[in-house]
Amino acid sequence: MKRLLERHGWDMALAALLALLLLATRLIQPNFGASGIEALARAALPFAFAAAGMAVVVIAGGIDLSIASMMAVAGVTAARLMQGASAGEAGLVLVLVLLIGVAMGTINGLLIVLTRLPDIVVTLGMLFVWEGTALLILNAPGGAAAPWLRALVTGPALPALTPMIPKALVLLVVCLAAIWIPLRRSRLGLSLYAIGSDATAAFRSGVAIGRTRIAAYALAGLFAALGGLSLTASVGIGEPIPGPYLLASVAAVVLGGVALTGGRGGLLGPILAVFILRVIRLDLTLLAIDPNVTAILEGTIMAVVVMLGGLLLMRRRQA
Amino acid sequence: MTPTTQDRPSITLRTGRFLRDWPVVTLIILLLALVGLLELMRPGIVNERWIGNTVRIAIPLAMLAACQTMTMLTGSIDLSAGAVATISAFVVATQTPLLGPHAAIAIALLPAVLLGLLNGIGVGLFRVHPLIMTLATGLIGIGCLQVYQRGVIATGSVIPPLLEWLGTGRTAGLPHALLVFIPFAALLLWAERRSGFGRLLYAIGANEQAARLSGVRVWQVHLALYALSGLVAGLAGLLYVGFIKAPSLSLAMPLLLPSVAAAVIGGTSIFGGRGSFAGTIVGALILRVLETLLQLLRMPEGVRGILFGLIIILVTAIHVRLTGRD
Repeated sequence: MKRLLERHGWDMALAALLALLLLATRLIQPNFGASGIEALARAALPFAFAAAGMAVVVIAGGIDLSIASMMAVAGVTAARLMQGASAGEAGLVLVLVLLIGVAMGTINGLLIVLTRLPDIVVTLGMLFVWEGTALLILNAPGGAAAPWLRALVTGPALPALTPMIPKALVLLVVCLAAIWIPLRRSRLGLSLYAIGSDATAAFRSGVAIGRTRIAAYALAGLFAALGGLSLTASVGIGEPIPGPYLLASVAAVVLGGVALTGGRGGLLGPILAVFILRVIRLDLTLLAIDPNVTAILEGTIMAVVVMLGGLLLMRRRQA
Repeated sequence: MTPTTQDRPSITLRTGRFLRDWPVVTLIILLLALVGLLELMRPGIVNERWIGNTVRIAIPLAMLAACQTMTMLTGSIDLSAGAVATISAFVVATQTPLLGPHAAIAIALLPAVLLGLLNGIGVGLFRVHPLIMTLATGLIGIGCLQVYQRGVIATGSVIPPLLEWLGTGRTAGLPHALLVFIPFAALLLWAERRSGFGRLLYAIGANEQAARLSGVRVWQVHLALYALSGLVAGLAGLLYVGFIKAPSLSLAMPLLLPSVAAAVIGGTSIFGGRGSFAGTIVGALILRVLETLLQLLRMPEGVRGILFGLIIILVTAIHVRLTGRD
């Protein structure tokens, strides 16, 4: 039990906070129920995938500023190709978009490894590149999502049993578990943490640093593609201008207990953090508070939580 | 004793060494090459008027990039600079009808310094990662600005004539903004090389632990650095609003990422300890010339974005190789 607390203390605190916030939402809006949760999960889906992609790269000791632009590329590709396509063709498009995501991530990773420039510089440049690519694919919001893709993220998962579990949440959990759990236990997963915590030590223990870094960025690309697809699925059209996912994903990763210096954290924390930030936003809207105050509060929460984390770290070092 | 030709190192080696000692020269050569390319593509475009315009557009960018240069020297970054510049610009435009231009300018710089101090407290005292801290203060600042906008929606906005004169005016082809920028750049270049504060920035960036052990109070330097960075961002916002002449809630936000790019192209290492504002100025000019070039090619917006991004990576990579730094 103690070990579990030590290992997952932060995640548990986040889960408790989320539960409290949901309770608060119920108190503010007594008829907040299944449809509220469904809307919340659907809105959080692209943010969650963005945060997952960012988390993988940050764990491996990098940062990907191009994540929102890659999501835009994936979203518009899907919307453009799915317009007027049959259900089967749309399935092929889905696979293609996921492959494109992996390819974009691999290009990011390759450029970082080959140029030996800092991650921040390369992905800053690629932010403009992917943004431009998205504009070339679709120069104004348009296209369409396949009906079955739309159905995949809307509505409850088990309408016969309980309406409280939305499909979007199930989809998120299934996708993340299918990718992350086998990875975490594999050699590659270990290498990701190794190069994130100490690249030199990892190199000396025989980890192929370059290849692992490329894999980390490819994974981020895959998650970005999932995020872009879920965005297109929930709005029904493709949007070439990247959304606010870059800042939101960095915020969620930090709140979620992934150290920006790399090597520490997991995917659960950032996902919980995404939901916490979404619920706070929802609560403030329900309380009829000026939506602009929400931005101030989000910034403050981000800064205060990280400051507290810093203080705790200092205490521990002194002790 | 005069050395014979055989004793001299080969010309390529000497050039390489020269470029390593003077990284700015490489950048100036690149800038001139780009301008030459522009002249080749559209003969006659490079005239006094065009140069004046390019310099005028590059100045607010170079000032924002100064924030990035200063903070990057210590190994951090200031992502709140775009928000801070926007806030100063908006406040000055809305306060001018109420208080008159001079008081409005003074008041507009206040939130800039305050947000900077907040960054400094977070980074210096609480050891928050600068990326997160400046991101958060940027969010907070823009949120506050939006609330503030509600309160002043009735007053309307007036750009102080002084700022408009600085932003758009020119005498004999030279933009008036240079009146602010040249002393600013001179002061910064002097400060980063000659003043104790400037040396401390390099020292902290090169090895913070060593600086701390040699008696530097690192948190005080961070506090001063971020307050200064906020002030400079505020000034950049004031110049920019005089140039654009229409304040908005996202005025200088599109300048943020290019300001990071200008500093990076200018040879400032994002890990700290290396770089100079001189390179950043040339970097900002290169970015602006590049934009004209891409516009001139009449490419769709998407292609321009792609080329812009690739060129940032390419130029930085070449610069790092040529000067032998990483």
